[in-house]
Amino acid sequence: MNDKKWIVLGLVIFLGLFTFPLWYNLLVRPGTAAPAPEVVLTDKAKAARQCVMPTEFMKTDHMQLLDEWRLKMVREGTGTFVNPEGKMFAASLSNTCLDCHSNKAEFCDRCHDYVSVAPYCWDCHLDNPKGER
Amino acid sequence: MNQFYLSSLLAVFVLALIAWLGALGLPWLFGIVLPYLAVLIFIVGVVRRIVGWSRSPVPFAIPTTAGQQKTMPWIQQAKIDNPSTTIGVVARMALEILTFRSLFRNTRMKMNGEEGRISYHLEVFLWLFALAFHYAFLTTLVRHLRFFLEPVPWCIQMLGTLDGFMKIEILYNPIQVGLPGVYLSGIVLLAAVIFLFLRRLFVANVRYISLASDYFPLFLIMGIAFTGILMRYFIKADVAAIKELTMGLVTFSPSVPAGISPLFYIHLFFVCVLLAYFPYSKLMHMGGIFLSPTRNMRTNTREARHVNPWNYPVKVHTYEAYEDEFREKMVEAGLPVEKMPAPAEAAATEEEEKE
Repeated sequence: MNDKKWIVLGLVIFLGLFTFPLWYNLLVRPGTAAPAPEVVLTDKAKAARQCVMPTEFMKTDHMQLLDEWRLKMVREGTGTFVNPEGKMFAASLSNTCLDCHSNKAEFCDRCHDYVSVAPYCWDCHLDNPKGER
Repeated sequence: MNQFYLSSLLAVFVLALIAWLGALGLPWLFGIVLPYLAVLIFIVGVVRRIVGWSRSPVPFAIPTTAGQQKTMPWIQQAKIDNPSTTIGVVARMALEILTFRSLFRNTRMKMNGEEGRISYHLEVFLWLFALAFHYAFLTTLVRHLRFFLEPVPWCIQMLGTLDGFMKIEILYNPIQVGLPGVYLSGIVLLAAVIFLFLRRLFVANVRYISLASDYFPLFLIMGIAFTGILMRYFIKADVAAIKELTMGLVTFSPSVPAGISPLFYIHLFFVCVLLAYFPYSKLMHMGGIFLSPTRNMRTNTREARHVNPWNYPVKVHTYEAYEDEFREKMVEAGLPVEKMPAPAEAAATEEEEKE
């Protein structure tokens, strides 16, 4: 049939779309991998040694913790968080998280940009509450 | 017919178990080797299938008609349902592929009342959920490009934002859903695939014609959606580490970073199985729909003659040649002939008659 050329054309278009990530990365970043970004810990964060919870937990579940903190603060007025080791923290993004991690661009944004996540924290919160600009 | 869906369900559970064990023992096999292998099987399989289809000749023009064919100028033609032009065919194919028009026309026969009158009903829910399923799957697939592109193009980011448009939030003590933002497509996908499965399970005549090859892809896709949702909202995975793995795959510098949960390997293995299974299954309707002979041809069967491409030249003996061969004998026998014999011969016969 004389349809063969159309079928081959369609197949080529499909394969082009299917392999899009391969040649996109080849064009944008020829020959280089894209490893996960390293986050920068401030001196204060290094000195504290551990966050409010273990690092593995914080990597995967920090958004859930913040969501729960917000609920407790806004709905119930409980502004404290006690971790399993019995340490007490003020349940506050601005006062607790950003106290150590005052480098949003090098800490929060690196991973969020890497995995294309746009958290709405900063719709309300200042990313630098102490105003050290 | 129970063995069909039970065996499929069992197969999916076994696959999950294999991936779970593999994640603990052989992460490089399940994270690097099998994904490459699956993609290779997918590409080679799809190409072979489509090229095979392109080789099969189309012996007849068989466009189906769902409207008035082009005829007298004072009779209105159904230009999309019964297209006589290429543009009409493109419109009909686009409506078929993008809106599943044939499926929308699907009806179910029903016997009504005691006198058993037959009536036909639109089976709109199958169409609706099929549409929801396919578009949710497409959105999910395109949205996953954020794991395969770095930097992530703005259109993929925009899609993610649109998909997470509904700020759904569930916050109770044991359950917390809402951060990370809820993607609608994943939930619609899971709901639709469950509907498609329940339809096969509960509609008796559909169950009767359902085989393991119908249930298996449904369970597999259900498993993919379920593990994906689980990883995003419930048993959270380290997304940055996962992207490191996927980026390693697409830049051909594969590595297996530490800290990836076994659940991700189950998700990935399901996807690999789906990719490898794709070219050899009913899922090839993705390519096949473009080659539907009843949809992709112009309805010009009265305008143009469609000749079977494998017709060989037939030796014919026309009537003219036949008459040339037997004219004299025919005239002798008094049979009518189209061409009378030459006058010389005719004179000769007259003389014979006189004698």
